[in-house]
Amino acid sequence: MSLASAAVPAPVTAPARRRPLVAIALFALLALLPVAVSLGLPAHWLTLVTRAMIFAIAALSLDLILGVGGLVSFGHAAFVGIGAYVTGIMITEGRSEIMLILPVVLALCALFGAVTGFVSLRTRGVTFIMITLAFGQMVYFLAQALSAYGGDDGLTLYERSTVLGFDPFRNRIGFFYLVLGVLLACYGLVSVIVASRFGRVLGAARENATRVAVTGFHVGRIRLVAYVISGMIAGVSGFLLANQTEFVSPAYMSWPRSGELIFMVVLGGVGSLHGAIIGALAFLFAEDVLSGWTEHWKVIFGPMIVLFVLFTRGGLVGLMRKLGVGRHD
Amino acid sequence: MTDATMAEPVLVLSGLNKAFGALKVTDGVALSVAPGELHALIGPNGAGKTTLVHQISGMLRPDTGSIRFKGQNITALPPEKRARAGLARTFQITSTIPSLSVLENVALGVQARAAQPLALFRNAARDESLNRPAWAAIEAVGLTERAHVLAGRLSHGEKRALEIAMALTLEPAAILLDEPLAGVGRAEGERLIALLASLKGRYAMLLVEHDMEAVFALADTVSVLVYGRVIASGDPASVRADPAVREAYLGEEG
Repeated sequence: MSLASAAVPAPVTAPARRRPLVAIALFALLALLPVAVSLGLPAHWLTLVTRAMIFAIAALSLDLILGVGGLVSFGHAAFVGIGAYVTGIMITEGRSEIMLILPVVLALCALFGAVTGFVSLRTRGVTFIMITLAFGQMVYFLAQALSAYGGDDGLTLYERSTVLGFDPFRNRIGFFYLVLGVLLACYGLVSVIVASRFGRVLGAARENATRVAVTGFHVGRIRLVAYVISGMIAGVSGFLLANQTEFVSPAYMSWPRSGELIFMVVLGGVGSLHGAIIGALAFLFAEDVLSGWTEHWKVIFGPMIVLFVLFTRGGLVGLMRKLGVGRHD
Repeated sequence: MTDATMAEPVLVLSGLNKAFGALKVTDGVALSVAPGELHALIGPNGAGKTTLVHQISGMLRPDTGSIRFKGQNITALPPEKRARAGLARTFQITSTIPSLSVLENVALGVQARAAQPLALFRNAARDESLNRPAWAAIEAVGLTERAHVLAGRLSHGEKRALEIAMALTLEPAAILLDEPLAGVGRAEGERLIALLASLKGRYAMLLVEHDMEAVFALADTVSVLVYGRVIASGDPASVRADPAVREAYLGEEG
């Protein structure tokens, strides 16, 4: 290496850029699933993976604030619930067009994120966890009180959303690819944000908020923007969830659901983005397999989660790195 | 920066008071730093030096008194606004972003002053408009060969130099240096002293430091802080000769 004069930029060459090989392989495998099902894989897998991908969108959005921003939100399911309820209520009221529903979902999630984020981001650590949990429970109880739309029992939908009058959501394979497309778009969007100027400051503030402030950035405002973006993406996942299950229920936004989203992120590997997707897939598969063995599957699943967190630092992505798959730092 | 001839001070503290309960940590402090001047602030442990730097950088609010920077009263401004106005600082305990490389740490400072500091979709790592000024600051502190190393893996002295590079990217009118030599070994210390000497005259600097040799070699003005009060202020030779200073501070050091 040589010292160059100040006039020449980049005097020392950067290490080679890392390629997201694991993410590419992951999306390729997902895209091939319907083919595998047509070749004899159980058809039930299609539904399961569709559902897992919907949760992956929510987990991915959570990873933006939790993994990158360092903000452990325990109320993230509220955004999924708002997305699902807006969808359910609008379809019930005869407004099933996606071009009508999605803007309302995005606007309400942004509003909810802005208001609750403004309040909760004034706190740190455990207080932040508790206050986001409290906001989540507020929405949960609000949904329970919506007696016109099923209240406690939830709301069954008799049709799915339409796209410009057509209904591609009816076809299971079509819906699978639509969800995959949305997941891919969200992954791309979050990846771009993380690599942007904004993302660099958000990540830097996780590690050293004081340094970021004395460098000239308003940390609170940056975190609020990330919180709102994250909530809007989670709302999209709620929209898809309502369309897949044809049912919305207050349980979608209960605090255990928020906990599950956190676990998906931790299971996959915090802050790696594709880890959140892998975590959501692994979580739903484990749930599916275990609940097939016994109705007391949570007794097995709980300790499994504890052991996993204790013994694998960096989640599944970290484990894969140790085994030589994927990027190294 | 050739405004060293200007008489108007960049930074003026007047009547600054701060108490934590019954303990007065800043007691009527008044001092000023002229453009290009290196003003050293010395004093025994617990004299309130870091607390004073915190107040100037905006991390603590003084109880009474005012801080003027470039002719403006900044006493009530939050830290990020002071930084954007050109008031940079380093920390006694080094403060960098450990998982970013040296280049990325320094580019973060460039970004704070860029036209779109928080662009959502523009890639930051390959942005030459951020990296080019960053390389210049890295070159100035002698970290060029270490530019792609993560900040968390640097030696202590290198982290100090990195902090100074981050301060330089703010195009500062004044730099607050809180014990930049603390905990640094002999060889790295000498390199840092040479670095500070190379910056001298270009920036107004307030240097808090325990290393007397460095202080008397570098400073244009020395102020001595004891129990929150400035007990002496002036050129190094007269401060060194001041009997009150000898009794309160220098004597103890041997």
